[in-house]
Amino acid sequence: MSDVLDSKPTTAENPVNPYLRLDRMPSIWCPGCGIGTTVNCFTRALTECGLDLDKVSIVSGIGCTGRVAGYLNLDSFHTTHGRAIPFATGLKLANPENKVVVYSGDGDLTAIGGNHFIHAARRNVDIVVVCVNNHTYGMTGGQVTPTTPGPAVASTTPYGAFEYPFNLPYLADSCGAVYVARWTTYHVRQIGKAMREALGKRGFSFIEIISPCPTLYARRNRLGDGLDAMKYYKEKSVVKSDADTREVGIDFQGDIICGRFVDRERETWIEGYNRQHSAKLGERFTPYPTGFAEA
Amino acid sequence: MGADPNGVLTGSHYLDGDHACCEGAIAAGCRFVAGYPITPSTEVVERIAQRFPRVGDGIFIQMEDEIASSIAIQGAMWGGKKVMTVTSGPGLSLMMEHLGLAAMTEVPCVFVDVQRTGPSTGLPTQPGQADMMQVRWGSHGDYKIIAICPNSPQEAFDFTFDAFNLSEKYRVPVMVMLDECIGHMIERVDIPTADKLEVTERKWTKKKPGEYKPFEVTDDTMVPDACKAGDGYRIHVTGLTHDEQGYPVMNHIAQEKLLRRLVDKINLHADDIVRYEEIDVEDADVVVLTYGITSRVAMRAIRMAREQGVKVGMHRLIVAWPFPEKRVRELAATKKAIVVPEMNYGQMVLEVERVAAGRCPVRLVDHAGGTVHDPQVICDAILEVVR
Repeated sequence: MSDVLDSKPTTAENPVNPYLRLDRMPSIWCPGCGIGTTVNCFTRALTECGLDLDKVSIVSGIGCTGRVAGYLNLDSFHTTHGRAIPFATGLKLANPENKVVVYSGDGDLTAIGGNHFIHAARRNVDIVVVCVNNHTYGMTGGQVTPTTPGPAVASTTPYGAFEYPFNLPYLADSCGAVYVARWTTYHVRQIGKAMREALGKRGFSFIEIISPCPTLYARRNRLGDGLDAMKYYKEKSVVKSDADTREVGIDFQGDIICGRFVDRERETWIEGYNRQHSAKLGERFTPYPTGFAEA
Repeated sequence: MGADPNGVLTGSHYLDGDHACCEGAIAAGCRFVAGYPITPSTEVVERIAQRFPRVGDGIFIQMEDEIASSIAIQGAMWGGKKVMTVTSGPGLSLMMEHLGLAAMTEVPCVFVDVQRTGPSTGLPTQPGQADMMQVRWGSHGDYKIIAICPNSPQEAFDFTFDAFNLSEKYRVPVMVMLDECIGHMIERVDIPTADKLEVTERKWTKKKPGEYKPFEVTDDTMVPDACKAGDGYRIHVTGLTHDEQGYPVMNHIAQEKLLRRLVDKINLHADDIVRYEEIDVEDADVVVLTYGITSRVAMRAIRMAREQGVKVGMHRLIVAWPFPEKRVRELAATKKAIVVPEMNYGQMVLEVERVAAGRCPVRLVDHAGGTVHDPQVICDAILEVVR
């Protein structure tokens, strides 16, 4: 693989191709969907990180974004609905030298998987979590999610959503994530950079990517197509790094505060495990590998 | 191959079934356990939490719930570990989706179920045997698992050890069906030296990346070779219906091909997996078919009935799933009756009836759980069926 990355392109082949399972193309994603854009950014981040791709695993739950695992030419795990994070927790702890990335949607990660999300952030499990937030359940036909801003119409809120939506950066921040960023699929360079930074962090890193669902969310709310979403993101995104995450909630078609909100250091789960057991057991305890090069 | 001496607590000990189960797992090479506290299984993970840091290379994590526990172990299996989760009652219900995932994606893993009564919260601290059908049928879709039933702390050690070996051999979840009595009963447990414990290691593929397909079967074991994340194979694993490459295939042909193999790898090797113990069956007119703690109560009933001149023996299920169809069919054809005491309102008896198919009367001695049977009630049933 490194040969491919090192060489200058000599053909017109898409530079993303080496990262994809081309035998699985075309993808299931609709025209105008933002998930593929984020995957493109992810492959660029992988290139720039210089990681050994044999040591990168990707874990997804269920849903449109849940299919990302199936298209990336990495060790890839398409698990059960909402449970990508606990699967990734086991995968990471069993073999910490692997970089583990969870890639899933807002419904999967924050509704059915919400409990796992907060606990993994609290534990500071050393994983990257990418949430493609399109404010809806795409795979099942456009139902309301915990991030749907009211009064957006969804198939299960035909008269408009009315519940208070999650502000995901605030949720991740308050649970102890060491890296929290939000961008939209308009911000492809920033997404790539955020992913690169997250892949370099020790601990639970979270990136929210606001992404269009033209087929369901946009159409039902008469918001136009994928291009209209790009225009909205361009006009209404406000880059405000280090913003107080309490202030970055998203209203229906309102401003989208973007940026890198949190970047800090905190003991990871394995580091805590080693510290406590070394303190109590001394020589009788052999520290567990952290997966990090020793300082 | 012998066990790792670091993990084997060689010697004679007084242990309860939960602790013995923990030692069986460690001796078998288990080095990742995820669990959530629930009575009466908690002692298993408490001991794991105490033992792993001293054994080395083992990770125990208390997860946020049983759902997380039952999939964290599957992630850890793909990371290369031998893995286990432990639960009871409502926790088992929460794990059902991931039992199906483990069957579908052929994850060798052990689920320990220390049975209490139900439904719902039931009697949390008291014994039951009413999860026997749930482990067989509780996840959606068709699947096959292995379930093994200890009736003593010694067997909690032995059979948990065996459960790991079976799970590796067949790449299937194996259920260790303890109950509250066995889990909390303290008896002598003899643990041999590591070299006397034969451990089945994972069947790692010898193929190179590019040649290896993670769900391809090349011999009559019907079990694919294993690999782990990080070894360069770039595998894909999905709970969707998939082909040998692991890629989703959304049609009935792929479904038939995959499902048929997943159930046949157990069905066609049932003779290798099935285990039972028989006592005084040869001359018996009546056979008491039972398992777990109830088998020990039934022994008393059998002695009582023998004292009254009834020729009665015992067939004890060690492996409940797959069910010992051949042997039970023989018993049904040659005995006057089969009496089935179990701590539920009739679960394994349904299998006995199905297999006996009217060749002899089958008499259930049911029990709602909460305590063990009164031996007299089982004895009365034996006397009734010979009358």
